[in-house]
Amino acid sequence: MATIELKQVEKRFGEAYAVKPLDLTIPDGEFIVLLGPSGCGKTTTLRMISGLETVTAGQILLNDKNVTWLHPSARDIAFVFQFYALYPHLSVRNNIAFPLQAQGEKKDVIDERIKQVVELLRIEHLLGSRPGSLSGGDKQRVALARALVRRPQAFLMDEPLGALDADLRETMRAEIRQLQLRLNATTVYVTHDQIEAMAMGDRIVVMSAAVVQQAGTPTEVYYNPANLFVAKFIGSPGMNLVQGAFADGAVRLPGDNQYLMPDGWKNSIARNENLIVGFRPESAHVNAEGALRGNVYASDMHGSYNMLHVNMQGDHVVHLRAERGTHYPIGANIRFDIDPEMVRFFNPQNEMALRKN
Amino acid sequence: MATVTAESSTSKPFVRVPTRRNQLSDRAVMNLFIWPTLILLIIFNFFPLFYSLYLSFTSYRATSPTAPVWVGIQNYTNILTDPDLWQAFTTSGRYVLFSVALQTVVGFGLALLVRGKFRGSGVVTTLILIPMMLSPVVVGLFWKLIYNPSFGFFNYAIPFINPAALDMIGSRFADIPVQYLALASVILVDVWMWSPFVMLLVLSGLNAIPDYLYEAAAIDRASSWFQFWRITVPQVMPLLLIAVLFRTIEALKSFDLVMGMTGGGPGNQTELIAVYLFRVAFQGQFRSGYASALAYIILIIVIAISNLYIRYLNQAKGEA
Ligand SMILES: Nc1ncnc2c1ncn2[C@@H]1O[C@H](COP(=O)(O)OP(=O)(O)O)[C@@H](O)[C@H]1O
Ligand SMILES: [Mg+2]
Repeated sequence: MATIELKQVEKRFGEAYAVKPLDLTIPDGEFIVLLGPSGCGKTTTLRMISGLETVTAGQILLNDKNVTWLHPSARDIAFVFQFYALYPHLSVRNNIAFPLQAQGEKKDVIDERIKQVVELLRIEHLLGSRPGSLSGGDKQRVALARALVRRPQAFLMDEPLGALDADLRETMRAEIRQLQLRLNATTVYVTHDQIEAMAMGDRIVVMSAAVVQQAGTPTEVYYNPANLFVAKFIGSPGMNLVQGAFADGAVRLPGDNQYLMPDGWKNSIARNENLIVGFRPESAHVNAEGALRGNVYASDMHGSYNMLHVNMQGDHVVHLRAERGTHYPIGANIRFDIDPEMVRFFNPQNEMALRKN
Repeated sequence: MATVTAESSTSKPFVRVPTRRNQLSDRAVMNLFIWPTLILLIIFNFFPLFYSLYLSFTSYRATSPTAPVWVGIQNYTNILTDPDLWQAFTTSGRYVLFSVALQTVVGFGLALLVRGKFRGSGVVTTLILIPMMLSPVVVGLFWKLIYNPSFGFFNYAIPFINPAALDMIGSRFADIPVQYLALASVILVDVWMWSPFVMLLVLSGLNAIPDYLYEAAAIDRASSWFQFWRITVPQVMPLLLIAVLFRTIEALKSFDLVMGMTGGGPGNQTELIAVYLFRVAFQGQFRSGYASALAYIILIIVIAISNLYIRYLNQAKGEA
């Protein structure tokens, strides 16, 4: 397996940036997820690593070897395409055998390797079929088998589950993660689905508009988003973000609300500063003595909890997670607190997170 | 008018108000289009088809005043035991085999060449297509000139020989008969004329191959050679088979080109089956019954070959 390193890698199509200069080091065996909305440059990044796309500038290192200008076939990296890209005229067996046959492997070696990989993915029964007759999940398994069978240096996967329905996606998610752990395979996984990213990644690289917004573990990007984009993009719903102004040790929030600044923060924030207060729905606690007020605008049942949409004033709606048992009628006035450990602040001008001093 | 329409549409909402445009009913329009076509088809297609089938079981000469005489399958047995005819079949077989095989290879090669987009590739493609747009008789005549030993430039383009010694159409070199030279010269022209057709079909097949298959193959570390045989060829196969089917049928029926060039000669060296049929039917003896039977035999052969191809084609399509 391999380490992958990107140094100031960028891609332009004409004048437009698909990927702005990007630095990324992926250690051996890591499962890294590129996450971002559609069009932010995830696929382009992946294609540059694979060699299917040339870089406009920068360097790509594979195991400390510069592969920037090597043909895909010389990089020994497998790619699982978004829409499978199976060979439609070949049987499943021949699809999986293709990379081995292309290397001129002997027939008994091929048979043995195919046997191993189809057992691993439990697709023995598909070997004789053609890709056209398979379901989406099976196609994806075959595509994975084709990638696995040649034992490449690293795996690149471009939204491999994007075309599957929700149930299957969850199953396949677990399967892929299992495989990756078992093989200890360096993997770069692209998705626009933040739930998938959180569930699978050792590390998540959040991209937007051709720029990396943040790279970190799922916990880091979830609880310590580097900027407003990450705060909103991760989580469903995303982080609550409320405009406020800091004065006399408290933040004035909409609806005559005063939020007492937790101790650690007071020195980090200048007096009279406009800021944005951020907190996750589960970091707020609805209780009768709460310091903040609002009225219930809607309430969604989520099974194990209720999601309250609470109007602080005007259209300042925040989402709070409330216990399942209690009923909150629409229009009811409620009070809540924010866990002082979990509150975050952002600079409204540059949209960056403020850090505790 | 407006009030009338309004009134009639309120009282009888489902009756269409007749207007000038609607004077012909749909059925009348239908008949107007169908019957002339049908009558023409009957006169020029169905009648000859069935009448010739009848004639093939008779002894009849179109030039003689006597009525057709029923002879049963006599014509068919005569044909199938006629050595001249088997000679014509053999010649046609050689012609079809070499002509179609070469067209396939050349056409495929041309398609691969013009597939990549280069400056002027559109113009080049169009120029390559010109031969197949020409009339076969005209092509035959001017190639006859091109092959001419004294002033045709073909002989001058061949290195290391005395141009005046080579007579392609006459199937001779230095006045010594060379077998198959005349046949080869006709095959060459047919290839020149129809390779573009194969190219056209293969090209559309090539353009339909999605790029991602080649990307997947590059990722799978397949060489260009491997990609060609494992992706390009099988993907193009259905269209290639259609091209081969069309060319085989056409080559089997080939007539005007060879008539224009050699008239079947020298001797019977280029006497393809259609030329033989023409001679039997319209030259000298005018053996119309015999010729009809022969035409039916050719028809059956063409249908049989087409069926073979179509079976192959369905197989190839099932795979693609
Ligand atoms: N071949 C190309 N030519 C021109 N623009 C491209 C090409 N490929 C991608 N782009 C542009 O680059 C940007 C990033 O695309 P992509 O990497 O596919 O995004 P993502 O995978 O994150 O959805 C998009 O704006 C897209 O339109
Ligand atoms: Mg993409």
